[in-house]
Amino acid sequence: MAQPYSQLPRWVNYGLIPLVNLSVAFLVAGLVVLAVGENPLRAAVLMIDGAFGSGDGIGYTLYYATNFIFTGLAVAVAFHCGLFNIGGEGQAYIGGLGVAVGCLAFDSIFPWWINLPIATLCAAAFGGLWALIPALLQAKRGSHVVITTIMFNFIAASLMVFLLVDVLKPAGQMAVETRPFAEGASLPRLDWMIEAFGYTIRRAPLNIIFLLALVTSFLVWVLIWRTRLGYEIRTMGHSPKAAQYAGINTTKIIVITMMISGGLAGMMALNPVMGAQERLQLDFVTGAGFVGIAVALMGRSHPAGIIPAAILFGMLYQGGAEMSFEMPAITRDMIVIIQGLVILFAGALEHMFRPYISMFFGRVADSSLKAAPATTGESH
Amino acid sequence: MDTFNTIILVFDSTVRLSVPLLLACLAGLYSERSGVFDIGLEGKMLAGAFAGAAAASVYGSAWIGLGAAVLISIALSLVHGFASITHRGNQIVSGVAINFIAAGSTIILGQAWFKQGGRTPALASDGSRFESITLPFADALSDVPIIGQIYSELLSGHSILVYVAFLAVPLTWWILFRTRFGLRLRAVGENPGAVDTAGISVVWLRYRAVIFCGFLCGLAGAYLSVAQNAGFVKDMTAGKGFIALAALIFAKWRPINAMYACLLFGFLDALAIRFSGIKIPGLFEIPPQFMQALPYILTVILLAGFIGKAIPPKAGGQPYVKER
Repeated sequence: MAQPYSQLPRWVNYGLIPLVNLSVAFLVAGLVVLAVGENPLRAAVLMIDGAFGSGDGIGYTLYYATNFIFTGLAVAVAFHCGLFNIGGEGQAYIGGLGVAVGCLAFDSIFPWWINLPIATLCAAAFGGLWALIPALLQAKRGSHVVITTIMFNFIAASLMVFLLVDVLKPAGQMAVETRPFAEGASLPRLDWMIEAFGYTIRRAPLNIIFLLALVTSFLVWVLIWRTRLGYEIRTMGHSPKAAQYAGINTTKIIVITMMISGGLAGMMALNPVMGAQERLQLDFVTGAGFVGIAVALMGRSHPAGIIPAAILFGMLYQGGAEMSFEMPAITRDMIVIIQGLVILFAGALEHMFRPYISMFFGRVADSSLKAAPATTGESH
Repeated sequence: MDTFNTIILVFDSTVRLSVPLLLACLAGLYSERSGVFDIGLEGKMLAGAFAGAAAASVYGSAWIGLGAAVLISIALSLVHGFASITHRGNQIVSGVAINFIAAGSTIILGQAWFKQGGRTPALASDGSRFESITLPFADALSDVPIIGQIYSELLSGHSILVYVAFLAVPLTWWILFRTRFGLRLRAVGENPGAVDTAGISVVWLRYRAVIFCGFLCGLAGAYLSVAQNAGFVKDMTAGKGFIALAALIFAKWRPINAMYACLLFGFLDALAIRFSGIKIPGLFEIPPQFMQALPYILTVILLAGFIGKAIPPKAGGQPYVKER
């Protein structure tokens, strides 16, 4: 492959190639379903029906998608700076601590619309601070942020078990969780949104945090593509050396980016802790931090891609749970395989099909040039 | 004498607990020394543990289990190699993918094949599990104070994979630092361009390194499910692959140091199991969660540069582009 890849049309670059990668990932997932003796097509139908066939299905799908939007944005912001934040899981877990601290302190004093901003600030601050040490070590000592954030995931898990068991759990209670939040920390549900489409919703905990996730996505877009800081982050991601020559303070950018990333991951905790369970429980993150990696890769680190990717994973999560009633051989853990395959084909093997696709388009372009030699407006 | 017995028991479980770490750590050593970062140690070990226990229970032979574990682990290594060497993809992303694929498929396949909630059937002691080996004269010497106990309790009575793991340490040192292959392997991790200029294939060297890595991860997995435990349990590696990675950094990518680092982390684990919930009179109680987190905390402190500086292989994480 000595010659450089030929220039591809935008729709191929941002539409076709990701689609091909995704299709291969799902094809391989289908083979796994086949290997355990089930029909992959029927599995897909059951999954889509479970995710979108009822008001509760849609509610749960969007509820899970909310988690993945936050963690996907967290990974994406770090990607733009050339950093790989695997610590979303731990940052979200510690973010939950922030939510709990905020809610437990003020839930019987203020109404929800004051408590929500407080809890959001606490969640973002706690998550961001949990990313601070890995960020500082990367910026000042050059120790790889991947390794340190993995370590911090484990440290967060141990710390939270300790805090919940020994500090936050009310005395005499068996379940390892905080006391339930009072009325003032209860968030409005979005049942009306589903009901507007003629569905009814009974159990699904879809709440206002979903709207917060959409707003946050927009703000992340503004940050990355419309501000000076975002420009500096992207410059740093493209070439740290160029950033340094341009007079950008690289240490500062790394630390700020990681703290924004950690803050976004921390905000994910608002949805399950404040929006659904209304108390802090063990292991409420359940892998959402890691799903964020797949979501960010699939959405190409752009909020407009992250939201549909998050909804797709929300669908897999909810539909997968429904599917396992019908197909006991396939549990929700199927999503972990799909997640891995998406990361493999949309991430690590991102360029596997590119040479073939560009070869194909090169040939098409050649033949169209021969067919119409008069229209040579563009030079390749 | 009672304290002495306790110490021997703690050291004994230290040895048992550090073996999977050690095998995985040496696995990572080969891969990372050749310039291929591997955070998929966890996934390969998990897949190996599952394949090992599944094959051992179906065929009733620990050795077939071991073979299956090694094969599946090498297969995953080749996927990692295909993505990160052949297609020059991001090595970290590929490693993460392998961890997830292993975590998900071991549960799904385990449930589909054995229907025991992700477990494999318990392995009986009829050759489908690696039994402990009693070293010569261990019984005769067990009455001799101190030395006899050290010999019969601490050194004797482990499964064969324990001895393999500790023999792999000097062997790895010899391969890496005393053979031509080892020299080239280290060189390709530092300066692949120079190796290429000398007419040696960078790609093939790195592939051999990841195959070694897969082999050792397979051994680690088989040890977990076919020797240390009698069967596979869902998510049984429980972060050991990442502790091994931490040990590798702690050891500054050197085999002998790796053994010490793994023994240290195994020792912390053994202490946490032995003394969880025991209060130190007059002092505050050390929460068991702190002991569990200690390997990770130590690694972070090391990475911060407070205990010497860990310098990774220079070309680590970068795909090699032959011509530009």
